[in-house]
Amino acid sequence: MKDALGEVQSVLVLGGTSDIALATARKVVARRGARVVLAARKPEACDAAAAELRAAGASEVDAVAFDGTDFASHESFVNTIFDRFGDFDLVLVSFGVLGDQDRAEQDPAAALEIVQTNFTGTVSVTVPLAARLRAQGHGTLVLLSSVAGERVRRSNFVYGASKAGIDGYYQGLAASLAASGVHVLIVRPGFVHTKMTKEMKAAPLSVSADAVADAIVRGIARGRDIVWVPPAMRYVMAGLRHLPTAVFRRLPV
Amino acid sequence: MVDPEVVAQELLSGWGRTSATLATVHRPNDLEHIVARVAAPGPRGLVARGLGRSYGDAAQNAGGDVLSCGNLDAVLAIDMEKGTVTVESGVSLDSLLRVLLPLGWFPMVIPGTSYVTVGGAIASDIHGKFRHGSFADYVEQMRVVTPAHGASTFDPDADAEPFWATSGGMGLTGVITDARLKLQPVETSRIVCDTERTHDVDDCMQRMLDGDHDYRYSVAWIDCLARGGHLGRAVLSRGNHAVLDDLPAAERSSAREYAPRTLLGAPPWLPNGLINIASVRAFNEMWFRKAPRTPHRRVEGIKPFFFPLDGVRDWNRVYGSRGFVQYQFVVPFGAEQVVRTALERFSAARIPTFVAVLKRFEHDSRSLIGFPISGWTLALDIPTSPSLAVLLDALDELVVEAGGRVYLTKDARLRPELLGAMYPHLDEWRAARAALDPTNALRSDMDRRLDLSGAGRRTA
Ligand SMILES: Cc1cc2nc3c(=O)[nH]c(=O)nc-3n(C[C@H](O)[C@H](O)[C@H](O)COP(=O)(O)OP(=O)(O)OC[C@H]3O[C@@H](n4cnc5c(N)ncnc54)[C@H](O)[C@@H]3O)c2cc1C
Ligand SMILES: NC(=O)c1ccc[n+]([C@@H]2O[C@H](COP(=O)([O-])OP(=O)(O)OC[C@H]3O[C@@H](n4cnc5c(N)ncnc54)[C@H](OP(=O)(O)O)[C@@H]3O)[C@@H](O)[C@H]2O)c1
Repeated sequence: MKDALGEVQSVLVLGGTSDIALATARKVVARRGARVVLAARKPEACDAAAAELRAAGASEVDAVAFDGTDFASHESFVNTIFDRFGDFDLVLVSFGVLGDQDRAEQDPAAALEIVQTNFTGTVSVTVPLAARLRAQGHGTLVLLSSVAGERVRRSNFVYGASKAGIDGYYQGLAASLAASGVHVLIVRPGFVHTKMTKEMKAAPLSVSADAVADAIVRGIARGRDIVWVPPAMRYVMAGLRHLPTAVFRRLPV
Repeated sequence: MVDPEVVAQELLSGWGRTSATLATVHRPNDLEHIVARVAAPGPRGLVARGLGRSYGDAAQNAGGDVLSCGNLDAVLAIDMEKGTVTVESGVSLDSLLRVLLPLGWFPMVIPGTSYVTVGGAIASDIHGKFRHGSFADYVEQMRVVTPAHGASTFDPDADAEPFWATSGGMGLTGVITDARLKLQPVETSRIVCDTERTHDVDDCMQRMLDGDHDYRYSVAWIDCLARGGHLGRAVLSRGNHAVLDDLPAAERSSAREYAPRTLLGAPPWLPNGLINIASVRAFNEMWFRKAPRTPHRRVEGIKPFFFPLDGVRDWNRVYGSRGFVQYQFVVPFGAEQVVRTALERFSAARIPTFVAVLKRFEHDSRSLIGFPISGWTLALDIPTSPSLAVLLDALDELVVEAGGRVYLTKDARLRPELLGAMYPHLDEWRAARAALDPTNALRSDMDRRLDLSGAGRRTA
């Protein structure tokens, strides 16, 4: 159970190799020795992360197979995990791909991969996930969304559209879970230095995975609905959001 | 025909308003309902709930069933000769006092609020300003519906194991349906109360040690924001039941009257941050100044003496939506330094906390996981903040080292690993509990969090 000060005892990570999720998990296991389940396409790739989590204080770490785009598997995946490990106090939904915008504009398969991972697959696994959380009557469900969905930009609009979609889905889900004991937290980071962005030139206001993790931990304890990282992103994006299209298009974003 | 019990999905939290979870709440009207529920638990089990005055997650059960006992509100029998009352478990101490005082009887132990049920008082084996026993010491018999045996009657001596596992057992052995309580005779519904200010915490403790024996009830209210030379300055308030002769002639005809009214309600919505260092400092200053500079005697009502906070309904809302925790520990005599260190750390961290309560126990609870042991107990309310975890975890260590413990009914954040060290009879309690509930039908969020029952279902 999550305690009164936001400390959790069990964590499920969908996207068990995600840098942001692992940074978060390392922080949340520290004080109460939480048990962690890492769900990843290649569970064997989680060994190093599992060792780090144990060193950070986790009592047990398990890695299980999960593919965000294998839609047909999702319902039984979720049920098996909950039946095997019991309740989860915290679920981090952090799998996703950035994709290649140029390719995605030419190649339908490339565009679909982005959308099917970040939107369709996330919706598909969230349906049974939300049902299990609702049934347990408690828990925090965290979505790694992005500022990219707040106002979709020319430079990464396939990714941005997929994030806009899933962000909207989670806003609605949060409302539907409002009186269920389940807390939904939507996280909207800007540019984060992780393996997803390592080929890219850092954008202004870039942050570390650790900074995102800190914001998530605070958001859980405070029961927030949305956190922006860094917080200033909220105002940047609010500015962008309300720019007239003609002006917005001329911006180099 | 039996009335259908009322069932609803409800978000439940404790008095601290943290960690709310959803449960199916049943309001049983009689024993039959309870027996039926306990015999056929749902997949996530069930737990009883009284008035929800425990601070943390003891009386909630996420995704499962909660039996809210408020409809079990009958006073069944009063024995004017032996001085006992038999009540259903949902009777509140408030209603009990309204019935008993005019008849000249008073419970042996009452806590700092009258809005607790007899079931909750037994399940937490609560204590009050009376130092020589806790609530269950004056329970002569109770009926409990357990998964193993259905409705059973437990006697404190003949059925010592199930009795003392149920008292203080946080609802995890069964559902208490009624109990017979031993009472004390009183001549009036007033208290002769002596109030004095103390310079600092050492002065306060010394005065308690020197003078408590003259009083049936004793408590010190400590200003946690005072620093340096004033660390732990306090208002000491001690009293005895007033006899008729203590009252002015005009009041003697209504000597045992007890009909207090609930005054104001805190507004349902209050902003976070209302409780801050400045507002709390001002309040504490006022509290301290209000007390007379020189020792002072007066005759007071039961309510201002025992339940000073009951005048404001829902006062817990002033802490805003983030809620608060209460930290209460006890350490044996000789470990006064832990009390001092705790006060120093709270003062240094500038945590906005209203007056803390310092009391002495001169008895050990007989409940297997009961709270009181001979020593000093300190309790204070603290608004939640993430940094609090570090501070309280560190204090827990000092408490354990000193042979003390934190109070489960107030807890919402303890590290489960410390339970065994704090409660040396934990294993005995677990064995007794398992005999009463072999299928683990009884579950609460507190049990999930602390694995109190040792059934290893922190997670389910
Ligand atoms: C302002 C204030 C002052 C307080 N002062 C004191 C004090 O001075 N001393 C002290 O000891 N405590 C004190 N308390 C704590 C309070 O006395 C206990 O938490 C008490 O258990 C609350 O009773 P309740 O009826 O509200 O029970 P709840 O909070 O609803 O439940 C508490 C526990 O009792 C169990 N329980 C409730 N009813 C039953 C039943 N019928 N059968 C089996 N189990 C049951 C629940 O499962 C849960 O584990 C104070 C609380 C407040 C808010
Ligand atoms: N980094 C940023 O700047 C940034 C900014 C805002 C939002 N975000 C979002 O934050 C989340 C985490 O990103 P990150 O920065 O931590 O990047 P990351 O380290 O690359 O993590 C993303 C993870 O998703 C996993 N994944 C991809 N496709 C998957 C699939 N089909 N099934 C299962 N897992 C899959 C990857 O696992 P494998 O490849 O190992 O299988 C990868 O570990 C993502 O949703 C991302 O969009 C990131």
